[in-house]
Amino acid sequence: MIAFSTLIQQLDQTNKTNEKVLALRNYFLSTPPEDVLWTIALLSHRRPPRPVTTTLMRTWAAELAGLPLWLFEESYHIVGDLAETIALVIPESTATLKPQKLNMLMEAIIALKPKGEDEKKKFIIDHWQSLTGLQRFAFNKLITGGLRIGISQKLMTRALAQAFEMEENHIAHRLMGQWTPQNTTLDQLLFNPNPEDLLSQPYPFYLAHPLQDRPDQLGECAAWIVEHKWDGMRGQLILRQGKWYCWSRGEELISEKFPEFEAFLSLPNGTVLDGEILPYKAGKIQHFALLQKRIGRKNISPKLLEQYPVVLMVYDLLEWEGNDIRAKSAVERRELMERLFDQYQNQNLPWLLSPSLHLPSWRAVEEERQKATAIQSEGLMLKRADSPYGVGRKKGDWWKWKSDPLTIDAVLTYAMRGHGRRTNLYTDYTFALWQGDTLVTFAKAYSGLTDEEFRKVDAYVKKNTLERFGPVRRVKPALVFEIAFEGIAPSTRHKSGVAVRFPRILRWRHDKKITAANTLDELKALIVQ
Amino acid sequence: MPLLEFTSKGIYCSLADVYLDPWRPVAKAIISHGHADHARWGHKQYITHQDNVAILKHRLGAIVVSGKAYGETFSINNVTFSFHPSGHVIGAAQIRVEHRGEVWVFTGDYKIKNDGLTLPFEPVKCHTFITESTFGIPVFHWPDPVEVHTAINHWWAANNKAGRASLLLGYSLGKAQRLLHFLDPSIGPIYTHSAVGNMTAVFEGTHAFPPYQNLTAETSKKALAGSLILAPPAATEAAWLRKLGDYRSGFASGWMHTRGARRRRAVDQAFVLSDHADWPGLLAAVKATQCENVITTHGYTDLFAQYLREKGWNARTEKTNYEGESIDPKPTL
Repeated sequence: MIAFSTLIQQLDQTNKTNEKVLALRNYFLSTPPEDVLWTIALLSHRRPPRPVTTTLMRTWAAELAGLPLWLFEESYHIVGDLAETIALVIPESTATLKPQKLNMLMEAIIALKPKGEDEKKKFIIDHWQSLTGLQRFAFNKLITGGLRIGISQKLMTRALAQAFEMEENHIAHRLMGQWTPQNTTLDQLLFNPNPEDLLSQPYPFYLAHPLQDRPDQLGECAAWIVEHKWDGMRGQLILRQGKWYCWSRGEELISEKFPEFEAFLSLPNGTVLDGEILPYKAGKIQHFALLQKRIGRKNISPKLLEQYPVVLMVYDLLEWEGNDIRAKSAVERRELMERLFDQYQNQNLPWLLSPSLHLPSWRAVEEERQKATAIQSEGLMLKRADSPYGVGRKKGDWWKWKSDPLTIDAVLTYAMRGHGRRTNLYTDYTFALWQGDTLVTFAKAYSGLTDEEFRKVDAYVKKNTLERFGPVRRVKPALVFEIAFEGIAPSTRHKSGVAVRFPRILRWRHDKKITAANTLDELKALIVQ
Repeated sequence: MPLLEFTSKGIYCSLADVYLDPWRPVAKAIISHGHADHARWGHKQYITHQDNVAILKHRLGAIVVSGKAYGETFSINNVTFSFHPSGHVIGAAQIRVEHRGEVWVFTGDYKIKNDGLTLPFEPVKCHTFITESTFGIPVFHWPDPVEVHTAINHWWAANNKAGRASLLLGYSLGKAQRLLHFLDPSIGPIYTHSAVGNMTAVFEGTHAFPPYQNLTAETSKKALAGSLILAPPAATEAAWLRKLGDYRSGFASGWMHTRGARRRRAVDQAFVLSDHADWPGLLAAVKATQCENVITTHGYTDLFAQYLREKGWNARTEKTNYEGESIDPKPTL
């Protein structure tokens, strides 16, 4: 784990991508394979379950540092990272034990979970006392999870590709799926995969970039396939050797959540479909909120299946007759897909083919985009007709052109300190709308302002605090912001009676007084009936 | 009436009709040290430590100022004042105020660890201790400054070897001189931003520095390769950065102790080096004064005061306009 904590330090010390990749590459080449495997797992969100609660860790850390718990908590809110706060408050130890290898430590952490509290406490405090500051931070990260060290899966993949002289896309594909360091080896994962493991292995999802400007810059409209951007859950359906698997974009196997997809077994073996899982009833696409009723449940009862049926809106074909066809052009893939739909149209499968909209001009495309919300679509997808199916968020071939968000002017009422680089700045805000002469909370947002604006709001919050509740401050209502959001639905869980999706700050309305902010009724009027 | 009061203009001694580090123009001001938030422009008369006189004149121009030695007492209307080393920056002092046996000490800013350039902090016994608390939460424990200076030289040497310039950022007054004093001139040439160079020139003859020169419009890009450029933190936004060619940036500050702050500043290399007391330093200072009352003025004032109250001190917070060390760039001095 010395090498691992040194790696974290190196990654921390530079903000240059190339240097980060180089540090990772060197680490992969100089570290034993079992530790490389664990590092890949940790950097691709495959950490084992947390063996102790963070509440216990806070209590033990405060105790060991001889601090009142409240002061530890305040320090944590200021530092913005629990693992780091613990590492910083505990006095440097003199007695250093020999740190373990990463894989041994991870196995010990996994073995800790079922043990009693006394044993857990001893394990953790022994480590805190025997490690130096940086290793202590790394150790805490391994326990609490969520490394957040500025390394995306894409950068890790690039570093692996450089270290082992393999194709980046090839590695991205190998890393997909539900493997753990305990059920595989580095050799099996990257170099000599087990044929059985390959059976369920999904392809890396290709992700679209948001289109910032007008589409004119993309050249001729005719060179693009235009589709709606369906508002559901991305899914990859795999049919191989009489078995089926459905994967989410977060690389989770979600087959059990959608038992109706078993019907797809009537399609030929060696078929992989990419699409959007949508709530669908009585021949109509339903609101995204209904899908959440399915995703959230552990047991999918027949009643639930009947209440909230789903459909796979297919928009790509990645494997056909057992062959990886991602290199074929989007047009060719679509032709094969259409043929597949024709052939199986009488089977009554829970699927739809996402229509390719044949529109004559960018102007017509723009008009279509305005109609999206009415049909439960978030906007449009623009896919270059001659492009292959890419890996990850590679820019240029797939663009998402979302409908303009809904907006409303709201009043800032509460603020909380941010995390990471916004540590110690009040950047997480709660917004309210008028109901009579009271302000009712309707959304929280923490993105959309520039650093300079955040600093100004931070200064306002610090000078205009009315009340404190731990890390939260109630502020004097005076600032108005335009809040944008993607969708809106009635909600019994929120005091305001509505839930908005992905709220963010569009701009600071310096020109508006709080009396000019919108009302809750005006917000409710935006719900599509 | 308390010996010192907190007013809208500054810390006021009504018996002597004099202010300590006032933030609004007053007739008579006793100044703890030369940083902009403590030594402001516009007072009719300044009294400060003798080493701070040249700093004030450099920064504020033509002012009426008198200098005193450390420990030298002077009386105004039967109130006795004296300056005592605060270890913060060159010429910085704690201000001791005594009237009929009651003693108050105002720290201005201070640090406990010896920086090798400034006269170290000297605890002064008092009844009421007015202390800064810039780093007054228990996450701040400074590393050994000798090791930090060694790390800075190693970083510079590595950049020098790669043919790159090293841009080292630190406040023009205090931090810059401390950094400069410990740079190893055998690694390469040292350049200063004019704000740093002109400030440092004030200390020529009284303090030892390796050779350096101001970076000017005439300095060639070629001359800068492998060099170290010492500049104030605000210089990162200046257009002259383009002149430096291929370079790496480093920032020396106490805030660099936490990852969030390091990421916010987005420098290539962070060095934890502060002219303020860390958590153990603040606690040691409070204890060493044997005081009963503590007033915290700037930084994590509420938390530090609450902790001290739990530990038995009569502690409270007073609002001032002092800023301490700032993570975000402040205007160049």
